[in-house]
Amino acid sequence: MREALEGSQAIARAVALCEPDVVAAYPITPQTHIVENLSELVAQGDLHTEFVSVESEFSAASVVLGAAATGARAYTATASQGTLLMAEVLFNIAGMRLPLVMTVANRAVSAPLSIWNDHADSMAVRDSGWIQLHATSNQEAVDTTIQAFRITQETELPVMVCMDGFILTHTMEPIDLPDRMAVRDWLPPMAFSRSLDPERPLSLGMLVSPDYFPEIRHSHHAAMQQALAVIEEVDTSFHSRFGRAAGGLLTVEGDPEAKVGILAMGSTVGTLRAGMAHYVEAGPARLITLRSFRPFPAEALREAVEGLDCLIVIDRAISPGLGGVLGTEVAAVLSQSARPPHILNHALGLGGRDIPETVYVDLLDAGRDPDAPRFSVFDADMTKLAPEDR
Amino acid sequence: MHGRGGQGSVAAAYLLAATAFEAGWQCQAFPSFGAERRGAPVTAFVRVDQTQIHLRSQIRTPDVLIVQDDTLLQDERITAGLKSGGAMLVNTARDGGEIGAHFGCRCVNIDATELAITHLRRPIPNTGLLAALVTLEGRFALTALEKAVSGRFNGTILEQNLALIADAAAAVSAGAWAEEMSDA
Repeated sequence: MREALEGSQAIARAVALCEPDVVAAYPITPQTHIVENLSELVAQGDLHTEFVSVESEFSAASVVLGAAATGARAYTATASQGTLLMAEVLFNIAGMRLPLVMTVANRAVSAPLSIWNDHADSMAVRDSGWIQLHATSNQEAVDTTIQAFRITQETELPVMVCMDGFILTHTMEPIDLPDRMAVRDWLPPMAFSRSLDPERPLSLGMLVSPDYFPEIRHSHHAAMQQALAVIEEVDTSFHSRFGRAAGGLLTVEGDPEAKVGILAMGSTVGTLRAGMAHYVEAGPARLITLRSFRPFPAEALREAVEGLDCLIVIDRAISPGLGGVLGTEVAAVLSQSARPPHILNHALGLGGRDIPETVYVDLLDAGRDPDAPRFSVFDADMTKLAPEDR
Repeated sequence: MHGRGGQGSVAAAYLLAATAFEAGWQCQAFPSFGAERRGAPVTAFVRVDQTQIHLRSQIRTPDVLIVQDDTLLQDERITAGLKSGGAMLVNTARDGGEIGAHFGCRCVNIDATELAITHLRRPIPNTGLLAALVTLEGRFALTALEKAVSGRFNGTILEQNLALIADAAAAVSAGAWAEEMSDA
């Protein structure tokens, strides 16, 4: 049923539709309204789950780790510094290959203190071994959350659903929440092949000597690559059951003949889409939306950029001393193409800087400039900086 | 939508979006965030359209401004970006015509705080302002606002708000802004 819902509220309702056995969360800043809404659903009797309110994100992650290990369907949510406080446990969850779903309401990481959006938090745990899917709208975030519970069961890998903090989590817009019975029918009951069971004793996350460690990392990498097919299949299955897809591994739109492409993740895509429709005179572009950041869909990306002379990659995070994270990865993957496009990488909207619709025009203009830097913090105003810092 | 922390500016933005939704429109409402504290200036944004809204930028060139607290008019930049032909609805006991002349835009005033104190016994001007806006524009039926408010409140508070909406709607000229808004 379609309703006008705030993003966080919609996610809570989507999680409730998936009937998790355990929800653990730290309820205070930098938490979003997601877990607050979940606790209300529990209080109203609309959600029957073990809701554990904990004293830190480290504990939140630890509780869902334990729950998942017993074969429970578990969920938590975090943002910003909370993600970093969870970091150690997140690597453990992934290393133990536990099925789990977590929402990251993407927000900047301090210092300087910022409560606003960028992708620094989920990027900081990029190499933890979690699947990371980015949503461009609240509808996609809702649908991806439901899909994540199925993906995590099928892959036995934890799934992080990344949605832009504030820009999505605090925005009210029309959302179509699937019917409870339809979700129950589509999402199989929780099953985990290696769940802890006194009848079948088992140890998880034990000390592993150098004799086996590289093999374990190799198999984790292989499992992530196999997850690419699962992410696509689950989206296709969701599409045929609920009438809409949530972005597969990546999607391509715009002019297929265009020689310039723009690649982005998350809510920036909506603004670029609006800009492309509004500023037709700026010229055509191919817009590529990357949904699956981990696993990284190298092959799909090579296909998506075919025929492009120039690809502008938008990062909402920065790796100081290198440049953009996504841009660097895209360049690495495309370096193996026969005719890779010229890649320009721009960080945009760091720490919540508003991204205006005109950015579409400005990006294309910068793409035509032969002297444009390969990487820039695109919206940084140099006049605010001392000359030595420019 | 300009207000101060504690006046329900963000709630007003969500309610206006919900009103548009009830009227069959696409909608998007979001606050501009700063430190959340009572009395601090707060800005919230609402977009409505008949087709899907993709844009997620802050609104820099609004068609309409709602000012929940007339002390915010001390900042001359409050109308910056307001489209030519745009309008401003101000919660004040002062004369809207004079304010409009000062800022060079159409302006209607309503003493929504007084109305709120009468009906709710609390100085929360947001529902009264929304009722005035919906009536001035004529784009959405007042019943859509009533439905949106019913989704948020119940019992006595709902009844008080519905009475407040009726009074606020009666205090402004129905459809006075309809022409300007039709091409907005």
